[in-house]
Amino acid sequence: MNETILQVNHLSKSFGDHEVLRDVDFSVSRGEVISIIGASGSGKSTLLRCMNLLEKPSSGEILFHNENIQRPGFDLQTYRGRVGMVFQQFNLFSNMTALENCVVGQMKVLKRSRVQAQNIAMAFLEKVGMSAYVKAKPRQLSGGQKQRVAIARALAMNPEALLFDEPTSALDPEMVGEVLSVMKDLASTGLTMLVVTHEMGFARDVSDRVVFMDGGVIVESDVPEVVFTRPKHPRTREFLARILDQ
Amino acid sequence: MPNAKSGFFEWVFFFVKTYGPMFLKGAGTTLLIALTGTLVGFIIGLAVGYVRAIPCEKGDGAVKYWLLKLVRTLLGVYIEVFRSTPMIVQSMVIFYGASSVLHINLPYLLAGFIIVSINTGAYLSEIVRGGIQSVDPGQMEAGLAIGMTYGQTMLNVVLPQAIRNILPALGNEFVVNIKDTSVLNVISVTELYFVSKSAAGTYFKYFEVFFITSVIYFVMTFTVTRFLRWLERKMDGPQNYAMHGSQTVPDVELIRKGGAASE
Repeated sequence: MNETILQVNHLSKSFGDHEVLRDVDFSVSRGEVISIIGASGSGKSTLLRCMNLLEKPSSGEILFHNENIQRPGFDLQTYRGRVGMVFQQFNLFSNMTALENCVVGQMKVLKRSRVQAQNIAMAFLEKVGMSAYVKAKPRQLSGGQKQRVAIARALAMNPEALLFDEPTSALDPEMVGEVLSVMKDLASTGLTMLVVTHEMGFARDVSDRVVFMDGGVIVESDVPEVVFTRPKHPRTREFLARILDQ
Repeated sequence: MPNAKSGFFEWVFFFVKTYGPMFLKGAGTTLLIALTGTLVGFIIGLAVGYVRAIPCEKGDGAVKYWLLKLVRTLLGVYIEVFRSTPMIVQSMVIFYGASSVLHINLPYLLAGFIIVSINTGAYLSEIVRGGIQSVDPGQMEAGLAIGMTYGQTMLNVVLPQAIRNILPALGNEFVVNIKDTSVLNVISVTELYFVSKSAAGTYFKYFEVFFITSVIYFVMTFTVTRFLRWLERKMDGPQNYAMHGSQTVPDVELIRKGGAASE
């Protein structure tokens, strides 16, 4: 087993009276590709958003290389560069070109020079097949293209791990493939990935581990073969039957 | 000089010939005050709008929380006071207040700059705050998620978009200011209205003079309006990038609100 990068202990999160995460324990090892599946409202996205503190956990701790990320004085900016995030709605900076999107973080957070940042950005834009669109503004791109630029933007920060929050859910069906294929390539490079997804094909074929969440808790966590062919928990069976039926 | 029997156009011609340079100088002063006031007011508006948009939670530490609350309350008072009183009254209070309470005799032009700037700042603060709120919260999240600070994301990502969104409102404010600087005549700023009043009073020819004055005001505001429209279109750039079209062309026209403020 590889070294543990991220460790989540007893994590809970409530929005007002509504408890979204209940006492979640969870860990991520280096190089692991984990798919988090479950119905809408099961807490998958909230778990992901807590892990880079876009949501403040109500209780519990998150350790990055055994260091509590909520400790006062923790360098949150650097951490967020190390653990990047890809959003469902892409969230490319609308006022910037594809290239600038991938450059600004490197310059502001990693203090790279513009030339260096641009070279790195170009390399990653090429990797996701977007090098022909470096000067395009987000509104000139299709959904799939935007998401590929968003992935390049996260990669340009030289992350140890990437969090994907339903990266293909806002895409038209014919564009899902181009984004998934980029993600598959990434998985094969050994990047640590945590993917909240409704793409069962991706979860089954690409991930090392599948986590099924329901009602704010992790119900089942195992290798894809086990979760998809002989799930232990009845709730997992129910969910899979429902979703694979469609 | 025309006499009592002279017609309208003879008088107009006379005033243009005799007072032409003075009208132009007055118009120049009007433009100068309106432009300076709008720009300084915009800077005030950006600063105030920025402060009022900072998220403020009790969990952030008591000192920061209460300090922010206090500053915000003061800014709120500033905005309400200046939006709820006429600029002509503000001119009197500030100009004569400075001389009788603080014993400072403000030069007329400087007083004009200050009054228009502070007044415009109050309106633009609310517009800037609306502009910041109109930017998709996902933009801020994306900035934070790659490790940029709140301030860095605000400066590099959110504010540029907010400013683009409020540009029409900003242009509107400039046009309003060109017209509203006329109230500064009450504190003897020699802008276009003041010049016109003096010229008209000398010959008791108010209609003729103010006919010329309205033409000048119209030309100024109309030119500025056209120029700003052109600037907006230029800033937006082309809609499409590659030849093959994409089915997702998001709504550029999304937020043209923000405006609707002054008058």
